[in-house]
Amino acid sequence: MYVRRLELVDFRSYPRVAVDLEPGGSVLVGPNGVGKTNLVEALGYAATLGSHRVATDAPLVRAGAASAVIRCAIVHDGRELLVELEIVPGKANRARLGRSPVRRARDVLGALRLVQFAPEDMELVRGDPAERRRYLDDLLVTRQPRFGGVRTDYDRVVKQRNALLRTAYLSRKVGGSRGGDLSTLDVWDTHLARHGAELLAGRLELVDALAPHVAKAYDAVAAGKGAAGIAYRSGLGGALTPDRPALEAALLAALAEARSGEIDRGVTLVGPHRDELLLTLGPLPAKGYASHGESWSYALALRLAAYDLLRADGIEPVLVLDDVFAELDVGRRERLAELVGGAGQLLVTCAVAADVPAGLVGARYEVTEGDVRRAG
Amino acid sequence: MYEGAIQDLIDELGRLPGVGPKSAQRIAFHVLSADPADVNRLATALRKVKDLVRFCTTCYNVAESEQCRICRDARRSDEVLCVVEEPKDVVAIERTGEFRGRYHVLGGAINPLEGVGPDNLRIRELMARLGAGVTKELILATDPNTEGEATATYLALMVKPMGIQVTRLASGLPVGGDLEYADEITLGRAFEGRRAI
Ligand SMILES: Nc1ncnc2c1ncn2[C@@H]1O[C@H](COP(=O)(O)OP(=O)(O)O)[C@@H](O)[C@H]1O
Ligand SMILES: [Mg+2]
Ligand SMILES: [Zn+2]
Repeated sequence: MYVRRLELVDFRSYPRVAVDLEPGGSVLVGPNGVGKTNLVEALGYAATLGSHRVATDAPLVRAGAASAVIRCAIVHDGRELLVELEIVPGKANRARLGRSPVRRARDVLGALRLVQFAPEDMELVRGDPAERRRYLDDLLVTRQPRFGGVRTDYDRVVKQRNALLRTAYLSRKVGGSRGGDLSTLDVWDTHLARHGAELLAGRLELVDALAPHVAKAYDAVAAGKGAAGIAYRSGLGGALTPDRPALEAALLAALAEARSGEIDRGVTLVGPHRDELLLTLGPLPAKGYASHGESWSYALALRLAAYDLLRADGIEPVLVLDDVFAELDVGRRERLAELVGGAGQLLVTCAVAADVPAGLVGARYEVTEGDVRRAG
Repeated sequence: MYEGAIQDLIDELGRLPGVGPKSAQRIAFHVLSADPADVNRLATALRKVKDLVRFCTTCYNVAESEQCRICRDARRSDEVLCVVEEPKDVVAIERTGEFRGRYHVLGGAINPLEGVGPDNLRIRELMARLGAGVTKELILATDPNTEGEATATYLALMVKPMGIQVTRLASGLPVGGDLEYADEITLGRAFEGRRAI
């Protein structure tokens, strides 16, 4: 799979830009702040309907514009598919697939499969659990696009349930005994358990499939030093299997048990939105123990493992390496270059072309403010 | 930003559902250059809809008299009652030609984020209708999205103890979507294939 053309209108810093791309390696060079990440962020958005940099859509729309458009022509198995997204902050995105409107933006998921390395990936290892949940869920959706719907539905139920608990909590604070209307809480519990079990089952299956790839990738990046392991830690505890009805029952039971605490605190305390992907190096957790170099190796290994898993599934994703070489020492640079060199399409961004291992440089593009030009 | 009245119109239009800032501007300038008689007709239609249209006292569909056309139609069955969120859903279902019962329009769906709970919907009125004992089947045709599903679950829990058969439209409807956007064939099939819950 490769992106043949990317067009943006009022996306981030670009009033209007079009870039023709090709399979194989390409390097996009330009000074810091010129708009390189903005370009690949648009691809990431087309692939996951979210940005790796911001939680809301407003910053994606060029300052002063009302909406942004991302248009990508994707070639897969010799056929070209056009994906178009219009981002209107505060409203539902509009989407078209092959020039026909689709009912919901989520219907375009799967058209573009992407694995993206970013300087922020260090946060996968050192940051909050939310970073690692996002990593898992993005990969889940890339691998099985129907999970895009599961994830959105689950998030929505949690939001609604939190709003209900929060309103009750606030009205109790002002009004004393009257606890607000919690008559629909049972309903939200059943829906949280239903969607939560589906998401949880998907994540558990994914972690099982992914674990050997993480171990292998870490070994390759760190040149044989240390054994990396991943494990899913759910608030439900214990060893869980991806059995949906059992997970749903377990979530319902946990909700019943947590209810008085949830009402006291006005927030949903049970469910996969509070789970963690535990990363270990040998016997120790990576977070808090791994050195700077080890953390980088781990972050790279997580991305590489995602790439390997997708390829093992028969999907050839587009690989994006956004400004990562500058962060790495020479040894890691060379090993990473070897591991990704065979990608069907590899897009590398950098400020200094010399940071990119020579073997990866194919087509060269120069990024200037608001524009991208093929330079060789 | 334009001056005065034209910007006011753009702002008002922009508040309408489905109208983005660009369309609002396009419509506003169209109105500005349109024939005064056409604009007057539009203004009258806007005013009349608020003055004349009321809600049916039985099903809460839009009506121009005490009862809506469907509630007045003696050929329709009283034994099957279909619950929808909005009057536009009645129109969508009527288009399929699959349904010959009565409707009940809730006026929305349970939505804590927007402060809508069961008390803000016409659920008490629904219970009163069911209490009359004529209804044998209640079809829950709320939207297939988070809020519509929650509303359906809530109603099912309340109604089942009354011994009324409760059904939900078959899957196949676009999940996360809006009933009104389903085409007639899909919606018609969903009606035929409805299941007890
Ligand atoms: N919504 C926006 N509207 C206008 N400019 C933006 C918007 N979002 C980001 N920018 C600009 O984009 C630039 C950052 O681009 P980025 O792609 O991150 O740079 P880099 O080439 O270093 O990766 C900044 O100058 C920022 O001001
Ligand atoms: Mg950047
Ligand atoms: Zn009526």
